[in-house]
Amino acid sequence: MSITQVLFFFLSALALGSAVMVVISRNPVHSVLWLIITFFAISGHYFMLNAQFIAIVNIIVYAGAIMVLFLFVIMLMNLNAETEPQKNKWMKLAGVVSGGCLLLVMVAALKEAEVKGQTTEMVTGNIGLIKNLGQALFTQYVVPFEISSVLFLSAMVGTVLIGKKDAKEQN
Amino acid sequence: MKIEYYIVLSIALFCIGIVGVLARRNAIIIFMCIELMLNAVNLLLVAFSKMHHAAKGAEVATAGVDGQLFVFFIMVVAAAEVSVGLAIIVMMYRNVHSVDVNFLNRLKH
Repeated sequence: MSITQVLFFFLSALALGSAVMVVISRNPVHSVLWLIITFFAISGHYFMLNAQFIAIVNIIVYAGAIMVLFLFVIMLMNLNAETEPQKNKWMKLAGVVSGGCLLLVMVAALKEAEVKGQTTEMVTGNIGLIKNLGQALFTQYVVPFEISSVLFLSAMVGTVLIGKKDAKEQN
Repeated sequence: MKIEYYIVLSIALFCIGIVGVLARRNAIIIFMCIELMLNAVNLLLVAFSKMHHAAKGAEVATAGVDGQLFVFFIMVVAAAEVSVGLAIIVMMYRNVHSVDVNFLNRLKH
């Protein structure tokens, strides 16, 4: 068993375990922290696939910005106490069973998949480097890139509009 | 590494996200599970991009770049989605003083 395989299984177990902990922790702050561990494990996978740009962006954007936003909102609402009322046990069981059924069906569909037996490049290959991605992004994909900046602007305006208090409340 | 391992890992992460959306009632946890599902898809896209590069990289030097750029755009959309979604959750908390999604059943009546 090579070091790559050992790392792969370690990172997979870490990602799956902390993803389960996200769902089952009672305290929302703990859920956020477990989700950060999941994101770091997924970034480790990206590093192993030599997708360095995506790995760094995943850490900066997800583990850095988005999760801090979640933590801010949770602490703003003072939700770190275990306030969630107990849900019906049968509803929880139904959720788990339906998720498990989906897992079963999708893994079973893999049996006939066309890609079966193909391998990925693990630590070699240079398409994930910033130089190659940047060249493709600013030539072939320059229009979607600019449109995404408009999307960000509209999201920012929308957030400010939703988040501000009504004029009546302020008086 | 065989591609099946990555597919199974992504499916498992995606299904954990789905179970979280179905079984939890806290709106913020549901939102985090949606992020988890997006990340499962991202991981699968990167794995497929490297698989494509391994198969076609000798003929076309940039084979597989598209997959990684799609991941980049998914991250852009996810960041915009989180900012708007959390603003909506803060608004909901301000109005009903709870983030329990079961309180949001007024459309039923």
